[in-house]
Amino acid sequence: MSDVVEKTLTALPSLLSLDSQPGSAKLSSTSKLGALIRGITELTSKHEEEKLIQRELASLKDQVSSPNTSMRQMKEAMVRAIYCEMLGYEASFSYIHAIKLAQQGSILDKRVGYLAVTLFLNENHELLLLLVNTVLKPNVPQRYDTCNTPLVEEKLNHPKEIIRRKAVLALYKFYLIAPNQVQHIHNRFRKALCDKDPGVMFASLHIYLQMIKGYKDLTASFVTILKQVVSGKLPMDFNYHSVPAPWLQIQLLRILSILGKNDQSTSEIMYDVLDESLKRAEINHNITYAILYECVKCIYTIYPKTDLLEKAAKCIGNFVLSSKINLKYLGLKALTYVVQQDPKLALQHQMTIIECLDHPDVIIKRETLELLFRITNAQNITVIVEKMLEFLHQSKDDHTTIDLVGKVAEIAEKYPLQTMNTVFSLGGDMIQPDIPNSFLKLLSEGFESEEENKKLRLFAVDSYILLLEGETRNLPQRFLQVISWVLGEYSHLRNDLDPARVMTLLTKLLEMRQTSSETKTWVLMAMTKLCSGEASVSIARSVCEDLSSSMDTVQRQRAHELLLLSQDRALRSQLLPLCSDPEPLEVDSSLSFLDAFVSEALAAGAAPYKPPHQRQEELAQQKALSLEPYELSLPINMSSSCVTGRQSPTLMSVSSGLSGDSAELSHKGGSTTLKLEGVKRVWGREGYLSKKEPVEEVAQAEIPSPLSSPNQHTGASGTSSNTHPPIPTPEPEQEKQQLASSLFVGLGSQSSLCLVRADIYSTQDVPSHSVAVFQYSLSVIRPVVHFEVMGMLSYQSSHKSHEVEFTYKLPLTNFIRPFTVSTEQYGAMWLAFSNDTKQNLNLVTDGQDSLTDTLNVLKGKLNLHIVEIIGMEGIVACRLAQDQPCLLHCHIHAGTLAVWLRSPVPDLPDSLLYHCQRALEGT
Amino acid sequence: MSLPIRFILIQNRAGKTRLKLIEEVHAVVTVRDAKHTNFVEFRNFKIIYRRYAGLYFCICVDVTDNNLAYLEGIHNFVEVLNEYFHNVCELDLVFNFYKVYTVVDEMFLAGEIRETSQTKVLKQLLMLQSLE
Repeated sequence: MSDVVEKTLTALPSLLSLDSQPGSAKLSSTSKLGALIRGITELTSKHEEEKLIQRELASLKDQVSSPNTSMRQMKEAMVRAIYCEMLGYEASFSYIHAIKLAQQGSILDKRVGYLAVTLFLNENHELLLLLVNTVLKPNVPQRYDTCNTPLVEEKLNHPKEIIRRKAVLALYKFYLIAPNQVQHIHNRFRKALCDKDPGVMFASLHIYLQMIKGYKDLTASFVTILKQVVSGKLPMDFNYHSVPAPWLQIQLLRILSILGKNDQSTSEIMYDVLDESLKRAEINHNITYAILYECVKCIYTIYPKTDLLEKAAKCIGNFVLSSKINLKYLGLKALTYVVQQDPKLALQHQMTIIECLDHPDVIIKRETLELLFRITNAQNITVIVEKMLEFLHQSKDDHTTIDLVGKVAEIAEKYPLQTMNTVFSLGGDMIQPDIPNSFLKLLSEGFESEEENKKLRLFAVDSYILLLEGETRNLPQRFLQVISWVLGEYSHLRNDLDPARVMTLLTKLLEMRQTSSETKTWVLMAMTKLCSGEASVSIARSVCEDLSSSMDTVQRQRAHELLLLSQDRALRSQLLPLCSDPEPLEVDSSLSFLDAFVSEALAAGAAPYKPPHQRQEELAQQKALSLEPYELSLPINMSSSCVTGRQSPTLMSVSSGLSGDSAELSHKGGSTTLKLEGVKRVWGREGYLSKKEPVEEVAQAEIPSPLSSPNQHTGASGTSSNTHPPIPTPEPEQEKQQLASSLFVGLGSQSSLCLVRADIYSTQDVPSHSVAVFQYSLSVIRPVVHFEVMGMLSYQSSHKSHEVEFTYKLPLTNFIRPFTVSTEQYGAMWLAFSNDTKQNLNLVTDGQDSLTDTLNVLKGKLNLHIVEIIGMEGIVACRLAQDQPCLLHCHIHAGTLAVWLRSPVPDLPDSLLYHCQRALEGT
Repeated sequence: MSLPIRFILIQNRAGKTRLKLIEEVHAVVTVRDAKHTNFVEFRNFKIIYRRYAGLYFCICVDVTDNNLAYLEGIHNFVEVLNEYFHNVCELDLVFNFYKVYTVVDEMFLAGEIRETSQTKVLKQLLMLQSLE
């Protein structure tokens, strides 16, 4: 619609209204339009609707072409024609009348005319020329836009701001259509930017966003404007929910981020205002979050500044942890945007990310996968690909599938074949054709080492043989093509493999009804490469007999080649040398050897060759008169059958059961769901690495690197809780942690999942053969029940070096400190924290007041602070570090202590609860 | 070079639709749970939608655009409609669809958000009305 909205520099645009009632008017029961609309809503079938509209159109046609129709009636008729078009019926007879209406009559008439024209005509419609040429104030930017620019330029000086603003937007549209034509008026844009009306200035920003790169000198101006907006210098009119001109701020931030990208000195100008924007945007409203999001993006785009980055990271954290789903999504998006620069940020939020992977909302899942895609590395690739494929299993949307398959292929190309195989069988014919190609290229050109190549190829041959021996009916065509090529090219590498066996397997493919003729040619090519030995030749012969009468010319040709080459061994080895000889083929891409043929054909009267794009253009020109948006819906029965075809599997199976020749057709029409079902059976989880393997990998990665000298301090990295026998966390939680550790390996400098941070506190250097003391301050990054500090000490004595490993187990309670707050503060914090957990615990029952007794036990053992006890309820607080509190709300319920823990830190409530439980068990 | 806003759609829950595009949008939007985000991918774009009673207001933009800015853009638009029609209801929009176009024209132009100030838009709309 946006194109259509394009219009009006008319002196005074006026409201289009037919019945003379105000905007609030309820439906006018008497008007013809009202009758039409009501008539349509009462109908029950598509057929009836069609009849009614055709009747309406016929009467409209009479009305508009009658010379007696008054302006007012014409206007009314035009609105009804618009309505019919909106429903998808063509009212082309009224187009010319719409233009006429736009040219004459009162302002109101003109407005209806313009509305009709903008809705009826697409931007290539020939009638637009008429409009542009005849209307006094031409304003629809079209191919003839250049001649309009002076006119529009004039309007830039119009005293009314609304006109100036529209003129700026018209020029913007010109710029989009033909950037070169408006170059001479760039200074006009600058004038618009300095316009005294903020609206005109806002409009000019659209232009600057497009061509800002050449205007570094304007940075200071943009910064000043933003500063003024942020500090509320604009008129109140521009406030939206008491935020000053939010959309303007967003636009400015986008411009600034383009300006500051890779440019330190420009970026420095904007640091202050960005900081200010972050500070100001604190109202709890969607629109401020929109500004924050843009601000964060800007901060990460421009030349980095540490304290801004920290603030932005915190902001992203708040988004990700938010309970509002839209914000969470935006947080993920922001993470995706910044994760390459700051992988540690993803590390901080890994548990949230894991949760998002299983989120019921597809778009959140998609964004999470996008995020994972960005952090793929050698260690976590298998898990990530597995997650992506899981998603592919469920996905029904073609665009998503194509996009995702492309991504999987991109990351999997460097990695084991299994992944690629799974990709081919799942993504199937959705895969872009260049993906199998690049995979085959990878296989043939190979890696550095010849040994590695051979191993890979042998592996491919083995796995494909295995595949073909199983059920092949559900394998996608592209995959079969890849298989054929690989077998043809490399099965000779496996010495103990009889070529005849491969030939038999391939023959099976030829006989399958589902196999497309393109695939069949691939298979035949493979056979040609393979057939050596008696048995193979006889197989080849029988295949050729079958295919020599094929309807497909290419197949017949290939079969013929196969027959001849299978009998002439010398010629075959010359034509199709074994791949061990990697001499590149020389290809004459200019096809000069065909010159003589072409000139002969031309002389004989053939049409000259036209490149595809030229042909396409000509086709498009022929179509110029038709209205594309409506084309699809016109034949009603067609569109409805299209819908059922997509959704009903029964219909599909009918069409695929027609005849051999329809095989390819039914494949094209086949919905992805059909195939995926079948594929699932063959390619279940066994198809790729089982879940256990990545986890083992992780365990290895967690071993801290040994120390080389005692002076270097060890990176005392903790391990995740899953290496401990006493695991209190519930099963799914543990699974998530495992998943987390396998997903986030290799991120950050530590290259392993680090739960505790060790900062060197002080070192004491002591002379030889005595004691050295190292002190570390440990701070918790991610709470678990127990931390394990592992270290390696290496030292030298009598010219031998020794290494001693040590581990030390620290319960979480070692890090817990009492947290002194007032009841009011507690109340405020309680509402703000998002991670919580609840459980019933044992009560200490031997005293008078069991609640106080129980809380005192907890206080003594766990170092908590009791904030207040009122009757049966008590509130308790503790903290990990300065800003990592955990609040407990306890009350006595049916003889147990019902505890409710809340904290801003994920996992802290769960881990702490475990210790509470233990503390009370002993009593 | 492309415009950020591809289209704006208003449709009701029943979604008796006739055009293919609208049908597709309806299919992706109406199946979504109230607890889901207000965003959904659509072809190579994304749709930002908001539900008001039985009406869905959808706006289709580039994937790189700021989701919340458009989500609030929709709300701004609806607030103007509400003010203009005095407690707008679905029937107002159906029977006065050409007036809705006028409001759209005032607020969006050339695929961009043109005017965000509600007071200004309403002033302009009332001025136009007074011409009749």
